[in-house]
Order: sequence, then structure tokens, then C-alpha cells
Amino acid sequence: MKTTTRTAFAVLLGMGALSGAAQAEIRLGASVSATGPAAFLGDPEAKTIEMMVEEINAGGGIDGEEIVLTLYDDGGDPNKARTFATRLIEDDEVVAIIGGSTTGTTISILDMAEDEGIPFISLAGAISIVDPVREYVFKTPHTDRMACEKIFTDMKAQDITKIGMISGTDGFGASMQAECKEVAGDQGIEILADETYGPQDADMTPQLTRIRDTEGVQAVLNPGFGQGPAIVTRNYAQLGFEIPMYQSHGVASNAFIELTGKDAAEGIRLPGTALLIGDLLAEDDPQYKVVTEYTAAYQAKYNEEPSTFAGYAHDAVALLADAIARAGSTEPDAIRDALEETSGFVGTTGTYSFTPEDHLGLDLSAFRMLEIADGGWKQLD
Amino acid sequence: MTAARGKWLQLAVLAIVIAALPLIFPSGYYYRVGALIFVNALSVVGLVILIGLAGQISLGHAGFAGIGAYACALAPAHLGLHPGLALVLGAVVSGLLALLIGRPILRLKGYYLAVATLGFGILVSMVLTNERALTGGPDGMAVEDIGLRPLLRDLGWRISGGEFWYGISGIALLIGAWMALNLLDSPTGRAMRALHGSEVAASTVGIDVARQKLRAFVISAVYASVAGSLLALQNGFVTPDIAGFMHSIEMVTMAVLGGVGSVIGAVLGAAILTLLPQVLTVFAEYEQLVLGAVMIIVMIFMPQGLLPSIMRRIRGRGE
Repeated sequence: MKTTTRTAFAVLLGMGALSGAAQAEIRLGASVSATGPAAFLGDPEAKTIEMMVEEINAGGGIDGEEIVLTLYDDGGDPNKARTFATRLIEDDEVVAIIGGSTTGTTISILDMAEDEGIPFISLAGAISIVDPVREYVFKTPHTDRMACEKIFTDMKAQDITKIGMISGTDGFGASMQAECKEVAGDQGIEILADETYGPQDADMTPQLTRIRDTEGVQAVLNPGFGQGPAIVTRNYAQLGFEIPMYQSHGVASNAFIELTGKDAAEGIRLPGTALLIGDLLAEDDPQYKVVTEYTAAYQAKYNEEPSTFAGYAHDAVALLADAIARAGSTEPDAIRDALEETSGFVGTTGTYSFTPEDHLGLDLSAFRMLEIADGGWKQLD
Repeated sequence: MTAARGKWLQLAVLAIVIAALPLIFPSGYYYRVGALIFVNALSVVGLVILIGLAGQISLGHAGFAGIGAYACALAPAHLGLHPGLALVLGAVVSGLLALLIGRPILRLKGYYLAVATLGFGILVSMVLTNERALTGGPDGMAVEDIGLRPLLRDLGWRISGGEFWYGISGIALLIGAWMALNLLDSPTGRAMRALHGSEVAASTVGIDVARQKLRAFVISAVYASVAGSLLALQNGFVTPDIAGFMHSIEMVTMAVLGGVGSVIGAVLGAAILTLLPQVLTVFAEYEQLVLGAVMIIVMIFMPQGLLPSIMRRIRGRGE
């Protein structure tokens, strides 16, 4: 029985290899959370990946070879993500994987990618994905820790050293809360109040009142995404706070201003990427071209603005396409090596330079400190 | 006599299917899907005992799966326990918790257990999400390898991770099914079935209704816990999603779809609901639609569940 299995396998594998060679195509795999609780991440990511693959193929592919995209929706479930990663590698025989909208789904996929030697670009925030560095795992979003550092730098510039935090208990909020608390000491920031709220909560007045009643708080920081931060900001305005409020890159979108209301959102500061302020960028800004072209294409196709998260997916596809072109090969190992040699690659999120010690390749300059003014965005630095 | 023969026939069919399926697997990915089906089926077999035999509904069984899964993640990391023993620990904790929750509630008539377990499941999931320092929060935590595969490799038997977990889950399901079928035929099983029919009638013939319900609840909790542990060990990683409300609903749906009174039906229900999302990836947007439609059609036309209805149809023709 065992031998029969093996023979059947060998025959099938052989057939797979033959058909792959005959068609000369680049098999690209993706598993993102297009539905489910993380759909706000995965949906624009899926749209972006599909759009970019179409664009590349319309332009003649990479070195004349078309990209064949296999995209799965893992619904934000790490268990499903692992199954799809297995399927992409074993069944679809892809040469690279993009995906893992959340940290949980990313961790599920990266084991498989690492075991099978398939380059994998993650779209999730946690620093643990690239620290310690794994041979085949890269990521495009800046880490939550970098967002905290960017915010704290801006606070210190205004002599703010004592803050209150109010964080969502969802994956994004909880992860950033932990990272901010870790780096606060090094940055000379003292967290006097540390409150949390559930992602479905409809009123955060009690938590904010506690922060207001805490002696010495000079600013409030709210890591979170979705409707939570909008409610926090509205409650904050209702309570008549006089100290500044900082939000995270999780709400860096125009939808946040609409949800909060123009007046309540006025003066809120947050770290965002160039993608958000494409029309404010100077024409000689290195990111001007990539940001405006991508935004225009996305808007034309889907009739909505691309989010910061969509930008992560854009950069992942662009980095891979660039690496495959430079490798001149569709061997996973060759693609991985080329990817690691990426240097000074301009994306919508920032400028990437990978090294064997750094598989994120971004620094703090990728973030721009933004302030909401008159229902729009203003760049501070 | 016939019941006993039926039992061995069902087990033999299950064993043959598990052993023969790899013959038609075109790639390693199918081992993964197979292992998932077996793990899901194991927890659904537990639910068959609770729903099909004792007539109680639990909407929080994912909570027990979560306890089993996190036992395998936490016990090796904090207590230095071997992951295999952690599985046993998880099962014991789940059983004790089920005893604690079930004891007061199952004295009441009606569907109080559904409400209590609903709350229990949500509680477990909240604790796992919010106790970040211990559980890693929503990002989840890594699970130590069970270390059996390297051992087999040293013995000269090289198998891939997919094949290994396919085998382990298959064997676990066979054992679980065998125990459930034994229970079905035992005096305890008959007592449970009696109270499913009528609690009043059962108590007049001397069955301790509350005790039998509690027994079924504890057994099913242990099944869910072991299945959760196996899933965590297989994935090498666990997040609070495993204890989520949707996972509980999924389990009950699998049990109802396959036929709540039948062990093989449970396996069938688990297989269909595990396979559907994989088959429907091509039109992923319609996945929920198809799933819902399948459920409605089964509930309207086959209220007993798929397998019992089909079996009756076949028997009816034969006569």
C-alpha cells in the first residue's frame, strides 16, 4: 500500500512539474483575511493584490512570464490560514506567498513557509514576525513599536512626558498597547493611566473620566482600530479635555474623520504613511510617484480610497515583482536571495532596504506625523 | 447482538476509510484537510453523546476546546510539562469545569444548559484574549512540538508533518468513536437515550436524570478538550479564535448536519463542513450562502440529519 501511494505521488508530482515547466508562469500565492473580523485589513489587501497582478500581466508580466495568482480568504482564522498555506505550497505549488493580514494568521503561515523554503511577505504589524529574523519571512508594515516611538518622539518635542493610555482589547490595540508600554521607559515617557475597552463598546466615558482625574496627565494615547477610536474621540470632545490626543496608524484613514465628526477630530495627531496624504506630497518627494499612481489606479478600479493596509499589500507585490525580475528565476530560493538584497526600494509605506539582519527594512522616516485640521490632514514634519 | 455487530461494522468502515483515503491523495495538502476533519469529528462525536443521547444543547463547547488547546501551550511553557501530558491535564481541567458548571444547572429542566454554556464559552474566550501576559492575547502563542516525529525518524520511519498528524488524528478519532459506540450500547447509554425521549418517563423507571445529563456533559467536554489539544499540537500555534463563539456554533452545526444520534453521521457532518470552505474557495464570496442553504435544506427535508435520513431512505427502498 505504501509503495502504491508513493508511486501515485511521484507520478502526480511529475505531471505537476511538467505542466509547470511547459507554461512558463509565475505562481504567486496569497492568503488574506478578506472577510471576518479582520476584513478591514484583508479586503483592501485582496483588492490590491488582484489589481496589481492584473496590471503586471497587462504590461507583459515579469520577463515575459505571466503571474498566476491563487488568493484565498482565511477569514482571520489562523487555523484556516495554516490550511491555506499548506494548500498553496503543496497543492498549488506557488513560488512565493503574500498574506497573513493579522499577526495570528501570519504566525500560522510562517512556520509552513520556513519549513518548505518558500519566501513569504507578511502584512501584519507585530515585531515578533521579523525579530528574530527568519530566513524566508519578510514583512512590509512598520511595527507597532515604531508607531509608538514616532508618537513618543512627537510628544517629547512638545515637552509631554506623562500620558494616559486607553487601548482597544482587539488584536491591534492590545499589541500596540504592549509595545508602547515596553518602549515608553526608553523614550522617557511615563504612563500614568492605562485603560482598556472592548471592541464593541459603545461608550468610553468612564475610562476617559478616570484618565482626566489622574493627576499630571499631559496627553492621551489611543491605540486601536475600527469604531472604538472614533467613539473615544467623540467622548473625549464631549468631556471637554484640554490636553492633546494621539491616535494610532490603525485609524489613519478619511473614514475615521467621517466616523468621528469633523469637529471632534480636530487637532488629533497620529503617525501615518505617505499614502494617506498623496495630494499633500511635494512633487519631488521620493514617494510621490508611487503613491499617486497607485491611489489613482485603485480609485479608478474600486471607486474608494486605498487604506494604509492596502498600501502594505501594494508594497509586498511590488517588492516580490522586483525581486523576481532581478533574480531572473522563479526558484523560491533565488527569489528569497534577491528579496534580501532589495535596497532603496520606494513603496507607498516607505523606502525598503532589506539585509540578512533586517527583514523589515523600514525606519522611523517611513512614518509621517499628521494632524487632523479642517476635516483633512496636515503634515507636521 | 445486532447492535454489537453494527458497532464493529461502523468502526471497520471508519478505519478502512481513514487508511485507504491517502491512496487517492494527490498532494500533501490533503493530509492536512484529513487531519482537520478527524479532529473536528472527534469533538462532534462528543456532542453526539450530549445532544443525540442526553438531548442537551451546549453553545459553548469551543470553550473546552480552548482549554484543551491552551493547556498544550501553557503547561509546557510554565510548568515544564510534556505536551502529551498537557493534553491529559487539559482534559481533566475541562472535565472538572464541566462538572462544576453542569451540576447545578442540569438539575433544572429545559434548555438552561445552552444558556449557561453560551456564557461559559464567551468567558473562556475573553480570558484567553485579555490575559495577555499569560496567553499572549489575541496574537496567540506557540505550542511546543510533541517530539514524536523526531523519535519515529530515529527509528528509521520518516514521515512528513502532514502524514504524521493525519495518522494521529485518525487514530484518536477511531478511539473516540469506539468509546462513544460502547457508551451507546451500555446501560448508561440506554439511560441517557431514555431521558432524551421523556425525562418524566425516565425518572419513573429509576433513572437519575440530573446525574445522567451531567455525565453526558462531562464526557462531551473531555472530547472537545482533547480535540482542541490535538489541533493546537498539530498547528504548533494557538489563538483565542479556537474558543470563539463561532467555533461552538460550527461544532453544533456539524453534529446536527450529520445527524445528532449517529457517530458516523458526526464524522460525515464534520467532513462536509470542513471540506466546504476548501471546495468553495473559487467562489469564496458565496461560501456563507451555500453553507446556509445546505443547512436549511437539511433541516427542512432531513430533520434527523444527513446520515439517518439517507439510511432510512435506503432501508425503505430495500424492503
